[in-house]
Amino acid sequence: MNDTKRIFAVGLLVAILIAVVVAQFASSSPDGLEYVAEQEGFAAAATDHDLGDTPLADYGEALTSNDGLNTAVAGLIGTLATLGLGYGIFWLARRTNHAPPEAP
Amino acid sequence: MHIPDGFINGATSAGFGAAAAGGLGVAIKQTGRYLSERQVPLAGLVAAFVFAAQMVNFPVSIGVSGHLLGGVLAAVLVGPWAGFVVLSVVLIVQGFVFADGGLSALGLNIVNMGFVGAVGGYWLYRLLLKALPKDGRGVILAAGIAAGIAVPLAAMGFFAQYVIGGTASVSTGTVFASLLGTHLLIGIGEGIITALVIGAVVHSRPDLVYGAPAYAGERTEVLR
Repeated sequence: MNDTKRIFAVGLLVAILIAVVVAQFASSSPDGLEYVAEQEGFAAAATDHDLGDTPLADYGEALTSNDGLNTAVAGLIGTLATLGLGYGIFWLARRTNHAPPEAP
Repeated sequence: MHIPDGFINGATSAGFGAAAAGGLGVAIKQTGRYLSERQVPLAGLVAAFVFAAQMVNFPVSIGVSGHLLGGVLAAVLVGPWAGFVVLSVVLIVQGFVFADGGLSALGLNIVNMGFVGAVGGYWLYRLLLKALPKDGRGVILAAGIAAGIAVPLAAMGFFAQYVIGGTASVSTGTVFASLLGTHLLIGIGEGIITALVIGAVVHSRPDLVYGAPAYAGERTEVLR
């Protein structure tokens, strides 16, 4: 495993651990904008999300009766989905006007 | 920080949607000027990391939490325009997979977090780095402070959108004060997390950090 692959593997493991394990300890209080909206009285202006009834809505809140499991599943899927979409877009965006780097 | 549907009227949301789409096009083009094939996996990883970190809300006061925005973090690691792409990718996944952040508000959120948070935040970082030593400590300090300022700045992005097209008739003065107060607190957490992560990477591999003077790849601008 070369160095870049090792960094990638370690980084991905850390990201998954954050999304699956550390996220279990996340505060459930409203975030800054939600709080301000509640305090200032415009929270009710929010309308239902178009995809609010999909299985992973609100990070899988209604997936099972086990909140920890829901967060873990949502965290894992979300981390991998972001990696996949990011990888794809950066692959399409990458610099192509130079010779490709040597094979690993 | 994620604006839901309904806070900002349709015309304003659509306008920001068009601006965000145009911005993403520019960001992808700019990224293509420097991001090499071998950097693609790490840039994707930065998006995954920002998504993961955004799941972890930390308490900032009684009954209020905040989470990482990650704009400066991403921009210092992969460059300001790739940072814009990172935040856009994160917001697209959150909006479409997790119903977090309204779909009609996607453009509003991309402008606040991607443009103000990453591109604007990187500009602040560069400004701060000019006054700091060009070593690991300078990079960490500049990144932490810029990240801390970028959060209230992004919240001001929402304030501007609220002034232009807010659907509620709440006095803008009190909304401004309340937004600024809470996001200054969240900014402290943002600054600490950003400094810790940038510190870990810059100590082990400064050559991989776009915003570090020791960066080994190509950049679209000269870092002095």
